[in-house]
Formats: sequence, structure tokens, C-alpha cells
Amino acid sequence: MKKTFAGLALGSIMALSGSLQAADYVIDQKGQHASVNFKISHLGYSWIYGRFNDFSGDFSWDADKPEASAVKVSINTTSVDSNHAERDKHLRSDDFLNVAEHPTATFESTKVEMTGDDTANITGNLMLNGVTKPVVLDAKFIGEGEDPWGGYRAGFSGTTTLTLKDFDISMDLGPASQDVELIISVEGVRQ
Amino acid sequence: MPLRNTTKRYGLISVLLHWSMAFCVLALAALGLWMTDLTYYSPYYTSAPFWHKSIGLLLAALLVVRLAWRLVNPKPEEIPGQKRWEITLAAVVHTFLYLLLAIIVISGYLISTAKGQGISLFGWFEVPALVTGLPQQADRAGAVHYWVVMGVLGLVALHALGALKHHLLDRDDTLRRMLGMQLKNAKEN
Repeated sequence: MKKTFAGLALGSIMALSGSLQAADYVIDQKGQHASVNFKISHLGYSWIYGRFNDFSGDFSWDADKPEASAVKVSINTTSVDSNHAERDKHLRSDDFLNVAEHPTATFESTKVEMTGDDTANITGNLMLNGVTKPVVLDAKFIGEGEDPWGGYRAGFSGTTTLTLKDFDISMDLGPASQDVELIISVEGVRQ
Repeated sequence: MPLRNTTKRYGLISVLLHWSMAFCVLALAALGLWMTDLTYYSPYYTSAPFWHKSIGLLLAALLVVRLAWRLVNPKPEEIPGQKRWEITLAAVVHTFLYLLLAIIVISGYLISTAKGQGISLFGWFEVPALVTGLPQQADRAGAVHYWVVMGVLGLVALHALGALKHHLLDRDDTLRRMLGMQLKNAKEN
């Protein structure tokens, strides 16, 4: 899935960087400094973690104007991975993600509201399993600055909780497993 | 009934291999179709796939033994009175049954082992994953597994109808010699 991360932002940390313009960042998926994870209860007894290995996205971000940030992510749902071949095959089937019909999930932010110095609510539209619904990412700005190789990076994390039924995911995993938490961690490289 | 095949009939080993494999194929097809529709809270949600995979591994072993046994045994002669097209069709069906069963057990194995996990054989030991990480391995192997099973069920029906036709209409020894029954129309040496 693509996840979007939003530009979150916050400003105080950035004082030193001096960038005043919203900058465009491409999520560093290739370097594996970004991940789209999910966690769901197993019977109410433990957590199952999984991830989407293939996604892409970008965000704009300016520490001085964090509310002008925006993020877009596109996720290849066939890349779902819970380290279990049979379960992953089941997750790709029409009991869950129906990747044959809906190979892509997208998130596109519509609004960024700061909730603290380095935290924000990023509202956006999530399209998953062919269903588009607004969701709010509880996001946190982690840091930004020059990397050792001549580039400039900024990173965020975010979580949101989805109810499976809201996205037409039909398999019933039991009362403790109606919701799944998305946990996103992204680093963008400024272009 | 002799252990080995003779020129007139199948021996005990061939008969047991044939019917045990027939049982496995039908049981596995039924189990496979049923288990993939179970709800998460079904008591069989984890045990049904366990048995399916274990019996599937057993079928793979039986198939290998069967083909090897076939190589080192005489093939019973053609039954007098059968037409050339019947003999040819039967041979083609037999060849495809072997071939498709091989594809089914291999594709089934490739589903479960796609990410490196082995397959437990009745809990005795684990058969390791040998081929992992092919592009979309589990999904593609799963599609092959399903559709080739559908093909084999068709061939099994044809094969059984042929046997019944020989037994009930032609009244020849085709089915008798695979059941270990006394042959009516041939003298055994």
C-alpha cells in the first residue's frame, strides 16, 4: 500500500535547516528506510504483525509551515507479507484484500492539523479493497537533516486503525480481530 | 494373487497402490474443497490443512513408488476383444493421470513452502522447503493446483466409467484384474 505519510511536521526541530519552502520528498522505499506495517489481534491473545513490501509515495514538508504538508502513497497489495505463505495467499484472496481486483491501495492526504510540537493529525482518503474512506493518521515528525551521502532527509511515523468491515473485508476473524492497526514509518529524500 | 504383476493380471502391490492412491485422490479433493471454505472458528480450521498436506505428501510418495513399481513389473497384456481405440484412449488417460497427479502434488508443495516453511508429515517430521520465493509462487501454484485437480477429477470419472463399461457391458476382466478377483475370460499361467 502506499502510505502516505504526511508531512507532518513540526516545526521546532527544524530551525537549523533553513528551508523555508515546502520541499518535495520521495519516500525512500528502495533503500528500505520506510515500511508499511499492520498489526491485528489473534483471537485476543496476541498480535500478528505484517507488512506491505512494495509501495511508493512522496510528501511535501516544510517545518515552518507544517499544515501545508501533503502526502500521497500507493501500495501494491499483492506484496502483503506476514511471513507465512499460506496465510499471505489467503490475505490476497477475496476473503481479505482481493488483490486480483484491487492490486493497489492509495492514501492521499487532504488536511494536516498540528496537535503538538511534532505531532499531527493527517486526514486523507484511503482507498483499500476498492473502498475509499477518510481516515486520520496519528502522525509524528521524527527528524530531518542532511544525510552523510549528500542528500537531505525527513522522516515521520504514523498510525491509524481501520475496521475490516468498513473496507469490505469479509473474513470474520472473531470479535477481538475486527480492527487492524496500520503502522507506518517513512523517510523521504528531498528532491 | 501374486505380489508382482503377471502377464494376465496386476499383482497385489499394484492393486494396493492403485486403490490407496484412488482413495487419497478422492479424499484429498473433498478435503481440499471443504477446508478452504471453513470459517476461522471452525474446529477443523488448522487440522484439516494439516491432514490434507500430510496425505498429499503420502500421495506423492505413493506416486513415486507406483511409477517405479510399474517400471520393474510386466504390464498385463491387452484383454482380448478390446478395440484399438479403447486401448489407446485408456493408455492416454493413464499417462495423463500420472502426469497431472505429479503436477498436483508438486504445486501443492510449492504453495505451502513458498516462503521457506516446511510441511509436516503427520507430525513425524518436516519435509523441507526446496523451492521458495518464485514470483507470486503461492498464488500461481495455488491456481495450478486447483485447476489441475479439476482436470484430474474429470479424468478419474472417465477412467471409472471406462472400467465400469468393461465390467458391466463388455463383461471382460479389466476391472477384475485390478480388484484381485478371479479372472473369467483368461487362463492364468
